[in-house]
Amino acid sequence: MGAHAMRNAAAVVGVGHTSFGRLPGQTPYDLGAWALREALADAGLKHTDIDGLIVSRVPDYQRFGEMLGINPRYTAITPGQGRMSGASIQMAAMAIAAGMANVVALVYGNDGRSVGEKYGGENDRYGGGDGGLWFPYGMTSPGAAHAIMFQRHAELYGTTSEQMAAVSVAFRKHASMTPHAVMRNPITVEDHQNSRFIVEPLHLLDYCLINDGGVALIVTSAERARDMAKKPVYIRGFGQGTELAGSNLPPDDFWHAPMASAAKDCFRMADVTHADMDALMVYDNFTPTVLFSLEGAGFCPIGESGRWVQGGRLELGGEFPTNTSGGHLSESYMQGWALNVEAVRQLRGETGQRQVKDAKLVFYCCAAPLCTSIIYGSDAQ
Amino acid sequence: MTASSAYLPPGLPTPAADLDDLGFWEHCNRRELRIQRCSACGHFRHTPMPTCPACRSMDFTWAEVPGTGTVFSHTIAHHATHPALRGFGPYNIVVVLLDGADDVRMVGNVVDVAADEVHIGMKVVLHWEATAEGGYLPRWRRA
Repeated sequence: MGAHAMRNAAAVVGVGHTSFGRLPGQTPYDLGAWALREALADAGLKHTDIDGLIVSRVPDYQRFGEMLGINPRYTAITPGQGRMSGASIQMAAMAIAAGMANVVALVYGNDGRSVGEKYGGENDRYGGGDGGLWFPYGMTSPGAAHAIMFQRHAELYGTTSEQMAAVSVAFRKHASMTPHAVMRNPITVEDHQNSRFIVEPLHLLDYCLINDGGVALIVTSAERARDMAKKPVYIRGFGQGTELAGSNLPPDDFWHAPMASAAKDCFRMADVTHADMDALMVYDNFTPTVLFSLEGAGFCPIGESGRWVQGGRLELGGEFPTNTSGGHLSESYMQGWALNVEAVRQLRGETGQRQVKDAKLVFYCCAAPLCTSIIYGSDAQ
Repeated sequence: MTASSAYLPPGLPTPAADLDDLGFWEHCNRRELRIQRCSACGHFRHTPMPTCPACRSMDFTWAEVPGTGTVFSHTIAHHATHPALRGFGPYNIVVVLLDGADDVRMVGNVVDVAADEVHIGMKVVLHWEATAEGGYLPRWRRA
């Protein structure tokens, strides 16, 4: 089966999530079960309809299946890394196309806020990096790695902190129109510039939130999708690329090569162009990642993202409304999962005040040592 | 050298050697900066790992390098991401491209300049800092 045969082979028919914020006393299993209940209700399905299960950051697929009393035909678990949300959704589409499952539940649960996760300290190796060789130097957070990467970008291309501010301001504006977002008070470029440095040149407002929550999606075959409670959203194209070699330090190329590969395969499968995209969902652990992703995915020339994001281009009403629910910076730190939910809701026309008019195609991407991209479509063309 | 001359406060995780990087730290404790070098193709690699990413050979030596390099990138850390850093800072974190070791880069600090004086392209030389455990940690000074 070639890539083209995968186009629109699977569709998202249910999305759901918990409330976001501080949810003490809830484990990732609780949060995942809550989100899954919402997603199944959204799809008009029951737990017993699930015949495929992929969990992420829910620590154990066996316990999750045990507590729900389900025996899916196909089961997988992915590491609790943001890059794995897109990868997991792609696995679901492939499992369905391969005939291994027909109704795949994707479940994510994150209790990082309540357990005091700081994304630093001894357990943090940013994927493959050898933390033991970083920590004695006070490099104990992914933020430092991204600051170091941004500093290279600034040196090579003249990118500035004020340009990053445009990303924060746009996403906060969108969050202000998102009832479930954690941070909803609009901010200005000045607010961004006046927020304290965490790892200079990154300010507090260049950082994602850390909060608790769970997200679930239900993916099924295009054929089955036609009978669901809501209008299906088709997985029209997807791609992946990696830069694992040398990945113990931030990459020289800002992940341009793997992101370009992921985007190229995705656009080819979907048979659409960048200009066709009505909205973008760009993984925003830190604002520089958004800039690097837009360059790698081909939305703007290499090195020009700083200027490109100026002037409201990423805001609702702009050329490419991006992270229309506020993203990780303002909506919720759901490691890509909630961005995929927002893509689905935009294409269903369910997003109220923040709705992109007549949205038909939405592009998701995540830049990391493993880059992913997905194009969602409102019809099966 | 006394503990009070350390660049960062005590209490940060000290090198926790695993099977791969034990040799690196053992040499550091003798004030020798040695980097893993493939015996088959001569390629330098860091952080320490079992195979040469260039040729997949598993044979290697710990090859001494000149101990000079260039700042590839840097940041200034303000926020205490570790309890030991509370009330401390700002301090610099650098990535140094080593001389004489292919594309090997190391995370470190430049100990003798203000945090905001570090810049990309700055030449640095090795600085051995005594650790509380009686060993040595490689940091950097302005060349």
